[in-house]
Amino acid sequence: MKHIQLPIGETDIRILKVGDEVAISGVMVTARDAAHKYIIENWPKWVAPLLKDRAIYHCGPVVRKDENGYHAISAGPTTSIREEHYEPQIIAHYGPRIIIGKGGMGDATLAAMQKSGAVYVHATGGAASFIARSIRKIHNVYMLDELGPPEAFWEMEVEDFTGVVTMDAHGGSLHNIVRKASEKRLHALLQ
Amino acid sequence: MNIVRAHKLKDHFVELLRSASSQLPGDVVDALQQGFHQEDKGSPAHMAMEIILKNIELSKANSTPLCQDTGTNIWHVYHPQHICKTALEEMIRDATEEACRLSYLRANAVDPVSGLNSGNNLGLRFPVISFYEWRSSAVRASVMLKGGGCENVSTQYALPHESLQAGRDLDGVRKVVLDAVFKAQGRGCAPGIIGVGIGGDRITGMIEAKHQLWRDLADRNPVALLDKLEQRLHDECNQLGIGPMGYGGKTTVLGVKAGAIHRVPASYFVSISYMCWASRKASVTIAPSGKTTFHKRVPRSMTCNTPNCKG
Ligand code: SF4
Repeated sequence: MKHIQLPIGETDIRILKVGDEVAISGVMVTARDAAHKYIIENWPKWVAPLLKDRAIYHCGPVVRKDENGYHAISAGPTTSIREEHYEPQIIAHYGPRIIIGKGGMGDATLAAMQKSGAVYVHATGGAASFIARSIRKIHNVYMLDELGPPEAFWEMEVEDFTGVVTMDAHGGSLHNIVRKASEKRLHALLQ
Repeated sequence: MNIVRAHKLKDHFVELLRSASSQLPGDVVDALQQGFHQEDKGSPAHMAMEIILKNIELSKANSTPLCQDTGTNIWHVYHPQHICKTALEEMIRDATEEACRLSYLRANAVDPVSGLNSGNNLGLRFPVISFYEWRSSAVRASVMLKGGGCENVSTQYALPHESLQAGRDLDGVRKVVLDAVFKAQGRGCAPGIIGVGIGGDRITGMIEAKHQLWRDLADRNPVALLDKLEQRLHDECNQLGIGPMGYGGKTTVLGVKAGAIHRVPASYFVSISYMCWASRKASVTIAPSGKTTFHKRVPRSMTCNTPNCKG
């Protein structure tokens, strides 16, 4: 298990390789479909410090509010490929170092990550209670009214958020490897 | 007697949603445990299964949603004659709102025109409720939480399918199911459970496929040819090597369940409903006396095609 502290620089991120198990700590922000669309339509400045050298988490959490503020109680990853159209532009513009989600992303994102120095960390889909435990604090929420709870930007502090690097900054993709191998087996089974 | 109002059905429904969202049926947990033991130690697949199992324990202990996507809530309600379905529907909708307030469910209802989230998990045909009259005097309500990620990789084929060389027979069905599982890779939160609807039209075929997801994993198909198909597909899907989360591994599916309904001569649809490992289902029976039974496994009536099944 490799420990990662956010913010993180390009050199450190390029050390990571496909298949590495990582534990991420620091402050990151959630953004999913509506948030991605909003970003590339507006290129807001306020987003920049949240993203630079940090992590974008594809997640629409279940959040509870009490007198002490917000608490994430269920916060697993959502399918990342839906952001394929937006992510390469966001990576180039804001310079996040880690994209976290599930299911992996496409070649355009892979190329953008290779160019800017970023990796994709796959979190365990559906393991929402487990992951919520590593979310220590919700610092802030942006655009809650406009986007609704699952789609809002939740700025959160995490400790030992675990996942697997499935796309690295050198063009490596576990998703491509598994797809190719399974395609071979599929063809054999279709005979 | 008004069983709906008399027995605080709403509270029972809230409890049903709590248990559906935070606890998996026993057959699914058993299958996941098996999967964990068969993955290679130290592999990403092994780690994923370990986290899934830990998540199951935590969610159960704290009544927190297993997955934050509490999905489309699909209700099947079996009821005696002369019952007010409007009242039942109201109870279900009230319970849904309450469960959302208690964070058992996420506010998941989005208006596709305005893009706005309704905020209380209620919307047009949301939740989805089907009523079935049966001969029993009890009310039985079952709910399934069907996540969006796995719904997105669900699909439908029309046979014959040229590039897969899949003809209009059960071997053709086998081929397209393998193709669908291959195309899904890990994106439906593998290991998944595959519901297959053979025949019907584009709507009824998919309903049949979803209906198959109510079945217990240990349940064997009473139709011999379909049973054979299910067993073979279970084995072959796992040979694809996609593994948990698509990391590569041995556990790609936990089960394949297939049902067949009549089709017209011109069409041969194969509908495939992919359910993620978080196959959340719960069921409750309320007798006229008020006696309430929460079922650990979904009773057979849910998977029986005969409307008057008493299962
Ligand atoms: S597909 Fe994955 S993210 Fe969606 S409900 Fe299922 S486990 Fe959760």
